Amino acid sequence: MSEPKPPAAPARPSLEVFDLVKHFPIRKGVFGRRAGEVRAVDGESGCGKSTVGRAALKLVEPTSGRIVVAGADVTGLSPRAMWEHRRRIQTVFQDPYSSLNPRLSAGAIVGEPMENYGLSRGRETEERVAALFQRVGLRPEAMRKYPHEFSGGQRQRLGIARALAVRPEIIVADEPVSALDVSVQAQVLNLLIDLQEEYGLAFLFVSHDLAVMRHISHRIAVMYLGRIVELADKRALFRQPLHPYTEALLSAAPIPDPARRRRRVVLQGDVPSPANPPPGCRFHTRCPYAVARCRSEDPPLREVAPGQHVACHLRDVGAPPGPLAAAGA
Amino acid sequence: MPPQGPWTFVRRNPTIVIGGLLMLFLVAIALAAPWIAGDPLKLAPVNRLRPPSERFWFGTDQFGRDVYARTVHGARVSLVVGFSVAIAASLIGLAVGLLCGFYRAVDAIAMRIMDGIMAIPSILLAIALITLTRPGLWVVIAAIVIPEVPRIVRLTRSVVLSLRAQPFIEAAIAGGTRTPRLLLRHILPNTLAPLIVQSTYIAASAILTEAGLSFLGVGVPPEIPSWGNIIAQGRSFFLIAPWSILIPGAFLAVMVLGVNMLGDGLRDRLDPRLARRM
Repeated sequence: MSEPKPPAAPARPSLEVFDLVKHFPIRKGVFGRRAGEVRAVDGESGCGKSTVGRAALKLVEPTSGRIVVAGADVTGLSPRAMWEHRRRIQTVFQDPYSSLNPRLSAGAIVGEPMENYGLSRGRETEERVAALFQRVGLRPEAMRKYPHEFSGGQRQRLGIARALAVRPEIIVADEPVSALDVSVQAQVLNLLIDLQEEYGLAFLFVSHDLAVMRHISHRIAVMYLGRIVELADKRALFRQPLHPYTEALLSAAPIPDPARRRRRVVLQGDVPSPANPPPGCRFHTRCPYAVARCRSEDPPLREVAPGQHVACHLRDVGAPPGPLAAAGA
Repeated sequence: MPPQGPWTFVRRNPTIVIGGLLMLFLVAIALAAPWIAGDPLKLAPVNRLRPPSERFWFGTDQFGRDVYARTVHGARVSLVVGFSVAIAASLIGLAVGLLCGFYRAVDAIAMRIMDGIMAIPSILLAIALITLTRPGLWVVIAAIVIPEVPRIVRLTRSVVLSLRAQPFIEAAIAGGTRTPRLLLRHILPNTLAPLIVQSTYIAASAILTEAGLSFLGVGVPPEIPSWGNIIAQGRSFFLIAPWSILIPGAFLAVMVLGVNMLGDGLRDRLDPRLARRM
């Protein structure tokens, strides 16, 4: 399986989200991302991963906070300016069934964004759509078919072709493979990796599947209750998670080797309501290492090792990374 | 859907076929009325209250008018009223419903107006309108359309609200689709199936309401034969000439049955979730 190439040179973050609040607070999410980078967002159900993705396109109106795309604040944009902005940032949806209009042909679905932005019309659109179909692994003859005539994987290829139609700089992929069979997941992921390299796209990849993230991403942000708790390069994160929540998350992922045993960190209790998060560190109610300070003080996201940010009181800047239990917490 | 032969269609959709054939038959006689029947207004006192015979298939009324000719011409009024009301109510209701479902500001105001209209009893509204204006077919149609509009608005609005939450609508917005195009291309086509079904029920109820209004004497003017006013005029002579009431009454029942069967059949066909529940 191919690995995504790391970005050539660090550039300005292409997508930043600050203190985003949508009814429930999704705070201090700095999704700084560089062009050509695949950033993944991980976390359990209901922690705000998808909301961040949808807010970046302003498909949901944030209650407060800022969203910055390539240095430009898009939060207060007029509908007209927002329309211009959407050309640069496109999205691949989670459900390949409900995200395609059942009454439009596949060619019309993919061609529509091109015509909306006046990139082409008529015969030219058809040719461009045919080329895109080929690029995502669909036969150009399939343009005349309707969504129900495609399989799940093919429908997701259609969704990817639609996102590519306007040549965006950033693609937000909201769990793009979670609705697919495992065998098809790998094909679609590899397609995404190829496209990312070919077009130099920046990807914001929302997922809860660690195996998928490990395969596709460069950097991973782990969210808990609407907040980024850890942000690190993929290798560093998998080698040495610094946040207790990341640690528990990684230990919950199955290993495809029944002979191997490892220490499981099992979290107690349920996720508190995001509408009324606990005071202090949001994770302290379930954290096996929580101390008194965690209940009162909210830890900021700090860079504790090069490129590795964590929001945890138990990780002091410059402290040697290691398992928290060993650190005597 | 895979292509299917005509017999498969008949076997799978008996209600559409039977309802459709009944309507086809009634539309045919309504269109052909001037050629297959005589003058419905011609008075012939000599032939008063004749029972059905070879000369007068459905008998005659108290003025000697041919009930057959009057019934056949009456089908025209019923069909015109049924179709016009269904089309007008659907178009107005669809436009208002689309906007209500899409714009919250419109929704808040328009739905309160619709609530107001729904509070008016439709027969009383019709009587008021007809007393205020000159009686005529179009006044009757308008009087029936107004109370029907809120029903279509509510239906369309609820469908639009559920469509708005669909990811493919979000995808279209993300792909730069502007609002007018979004409404026409993505939302409208997905509202048509329930709307067509609802409009057949409205057609059936409009036909009955017209007959009711004409029976009460506030419907179409007496010089236009309609099933409602034929029945009204024959009611004093029911015991001696029951044919002048029973025959147009039977036609009325058959037409409403045909429209309703068509509507039920279409609902089963267009809305697969409701189908096969029997």
